Amino acid sequence: MTDRIKKVGRHISQNEGLIFEESAPGKRGVELPPLDVPAVDVRAELGAEHFRESVKNFPEVSEIEVIRHFTRLSTWNYAIDLGMYPLGSCTMKYNPRVNETVARLDGIATEHPYQPQEVSRGCLKIQQLLLDCLAEITGMDTGTLEPAAGAQGELTGLLLIRAYLADTQGRPRKKVLIPDSAHGTNPATAVIAGYSVENVPSDERGQIDISRLKEIVNDDVAAMMVTNPSTLGVFEQNIAQAAEILHSHGALLYMDGANMNALAGVARPGDFGVDVMHLNLHKTFSTPHGGGGPGAGPVMVKKILEPYLPVPVLTLKNGRPTLENHRPKSVGRMRAFGGNFGVLVRALAYTLAYGPGIRQATEDAVLNANYIRKNLEGVYDLPYKSPSMHEVVFSDARQKKNGVNTMDIAKRLIDYGFHPYTTAFPLIVPGALMIEPTESESKQECDFFIDAMRSIAEEAASNPELVKTAPHSTRVSRLDDVTAARKPVLRWKPKSFLETSR
Amino acid sequence: MRYLPKSPAERREMLDAIGAKSIDTLFDSIPEQFRLKAPLNLPGPMSEYEIIEYFRARAAENSCGYTSFLGAGVYNHLRSVVTDSLIQRGEFLTSYTPYQAEMSQGTLQAIFEFQTLMCDLTGMEVANASMWDGSTAATEAVLMAARLTGRNRVVVARSLHPEYRQVLETYTRNLGFQIEEVGFVPSGQIDATRLDSAIDNKTAAVVVQSPNFLGVLEQIPDLAELAHDKGALLITAITEAVSLGAVHPPASADIVAMETQSLGLAPSYGGPYAGVIAARDKFVRQMPGRLAGETVDTKGRRGYVLTLATREQHIRRERATSNICTNQALCALAVTIHLCLFGKEGLKELAAQNIAKARFALTELEKIPGVRRAFSGSFFNEFVVELPRSVKMVNAELLKEKIIGPLAIGSFYPDLTKRALFCITETTTRAEIERMAAAVRQILSKPV
Repeated sequence: MTDRIKKVGRHISQNEGLIFEESAPGKRGVELPPLDVPAVDVRAELGAEHFRESVKNFPEVSEIEVIRHFTRLSTWNYAIDLGMYPLGSCTMKYNPRVNETVARLDGIATEHPYQPQEVSRGCLKIQQLLLDCLAEITGMDTGTLEPAAGAQGELTGLLLIRAYLADTQGRPRKKVLIPDSAHGTNPATAVIAGYSVENVPSDERGQIDISRLKEIVNDDVAAMMVTNPSTLGVFEQNIAQAAEILHSHGALLYMDGANMNALAGVARPGDFGVDVMHLNLHKTFSTPHGGGGPGAGPVMVKKILEPYLPVPVLTLKNGRPTLENHRPKSVGRMRAFGGNFGVLVRALAYTLAYGPGIRQATEDAVLNANYIRKNLEGVYDLPYKSPSMHEVVFSDARQKKNGVNTMDIAKRLIDYGFHPYTTAFPLIVPGALMIEPTESESKQECDFFIDAMRSIAEEAASNPELVKTAPHSTRVSRLDDVTAARKPVLRWKPKSFLETSR
Repeated sequence: MRYLPKSPAERREMLDAIGAKSIDTLFDSIPEQFRLKAPLNLPGPMSEYEIIEYFRARAAENSCGYTSFLGAGVYNHLRSVVTDSLIQRGEFLTSYTPYQAEMSQGTLQAIFEFQTLMCDLTGMEVANASMWDGSTAATEAVLMAARLTGRNRVVVARSLHPEYRQVLETYTRNLGFQIEEVGFVPSGQIDATRLDSAIDNKTAAVVVQSPNFLGVLEQIPDLAELAHDKGALLITAITEAVSLGAVHPPASADIVAMETQSLGLAPSYGGPYAGVIAARDKFVRQMPGRLAGETVDTKGRRGYVLTLATREQHIRRERATSNICTNQALCALAVTIHLCLFGKEGLKELAAQNIAKARFALTELEKIPGVRRAFSGSFFNEFVVELPRSVKMVNAELLKEKIIGPLAIGSFYPDLTKRALFCITETTTRAEIERMAAAVRQILSKPV
């Protein structure tokens, strides 16, 4: 039996093709209610120059075929629902099912963003309560729920800083300082905000280099963007001092809140000098990643930045949450229709489930990371010895001697039934293995992971080839990235399918 | 706590293994003065039951039981339960961005199918894996056009969605762009004469929307010619993607920026939706966002990977084509499933129903004394009428009848007071249209 024969095998969906390949004229997966008004001649109604007969190449398949196709596709994915997903900096925690239920309620999912506010009171109250909760958790004064994702939160934050500096100091200044350990969105965002980027090297402990910061900060610096805990999973000891230095030069401190899962209920950025920060609700606040999105990136600010918040601004009018569009100093609008409301609903459901007990989630996340660190130290190289919070970063230095790198180890983890950790990031650790277990893993799951990582370390020494050619258990083996990029095939075309299937 | 899988004894055991006296010692790296001494002041904890009750109570304060005639970029269309049940499979819902291709083939193949569907729908050659929404897609399309042409002037139709224009303004304000707006003629189409004189050899792009914010279809081939004559690119924004089931795609445009909300996504008070950028093949290396590509594994089997990542922020940092990272993957999956269900014939029928119902509603409204159509151009499922009274007043009265009336576009266009933008989709019944028209007639017949 070859792989090409379409038969039920151990992996029932081995040969599921593209949906287009199932298509045959005359099939359909949806039937509409009959038209209850007079039909029109569409060509005449639109004008011949606008008329389209139909969408060429669109699939024609039945409902059961759609169900089977996407169900089979789903079996080729790994997921939090299947097991540990220790991607560092991604906070792959359990996505509570009740969140999905409430986001789909009639009266929540059905609401139009332009409907009158008097019939949107529920939506506005949800947003107000979430904003209040986020302010309490971060120690900030207020904020905006509009940004669609973390990167848009970053842009919103930098535009707020820009508007504040231009308004209070007469000029927005020129550059943003970004540590070399930062996520790639930070520098990419600074450029869109109209700033140049100055990279700041970390000190030997992987922390903000305060003496270096003192040297480079000047009147051209608008802000510094700091991830805290850093991408090494380490709390920035000198964060308050960095804030002071920046403030004394009239610059502001931006905090990337990607790693807020290490702090919720334990410490508040607003207390250690942060002026503006974003949160990733699809990380800390459990909204599902969904294969890459949607997320939401609320931005929380100190009072000084409030006048510049993007419109519409949620304000209390006679005790009622109201959307306000007239804000003369606002940076403008970041996204049409106000934001990813459905994601905000889920994040509030998560917050209500924990209440003040959110601290326990943070503690368990930090406990898991330290437990894994303790059990893998000595097996994998630990380049920075500072205490870990919610994640731990090893390097492949030991395994490299046998020609095995972090990506190989990651791919081998797949054979052990785990999603890989984050590879090759942060950039300050060559060959990084960045592991974030989150609070959602039991002791048993952590032990399985530790056993798998130890076993792979042994294999890397005894049988490196096995690791370097992993994974061996998946539907496809390692894929040819180079050809994919060199000769991009980015869509299905009927002709090429006919050629290859002959 | 039900989400946390550890017993107190297990926590103790793990702390012992680490060699930590208490959990607090694991937070010693946080300077003492910044460690919270008291619990946060948050509502909760709540059981699952209480959470559902809380949100049910909020939902009851919204518009349940109202009939709506709002569109303007967000549309109420039929959504199959199949779509929602499939995207709630944990393997789709709770997976990450498919960076590890071997264990993410489901998501990757679905993205590849999404890209294909978007190309076919828009008449473009390449489409990305999604953008945050239509407004940011349109803005990113402008930034893309500026990179491609090395120019920084942009000519924007005043009939581009006002909030899209505001987002464009927010993004480009600090980047040295010059934006000029061109108005519309009595048909509701862009003023082609003024457009022609507004485009010069510094113009990177012309941005139009079709159907535009006034509901009117634009002559895309003519506009493309005007732009191309001066070396500028034509960007077409689409907010109502269902129109493409009956309306010729903007195949002569260079970049299409589309909101896909109307293809299977709930209005959800503003999001999450999914935008998409589609373009000519030759522009792909300046595209923002993720792309899935077909390749083979070590044994020659077909598979999919994220590709051309050297455009993206995680590789390119400050030289990336965009800062986008998280996109709207699950929404794009819903759109993919929705379009597979509807298919070629279903989408065609859906579009035809929208046209018929909008035409019926306009005819009913035009029978009312003093109500007349504001623009003469062809429309899909939205049209503007001029009322003899303020739209705000009419809407306030309609609301008493549990009808959410048309959008008062005077709030966006001060010169268009008394103009109302109606949207009718296949979900609006004939009875609802007739009830609304009767209510409008009655409201307008009352003495001022």
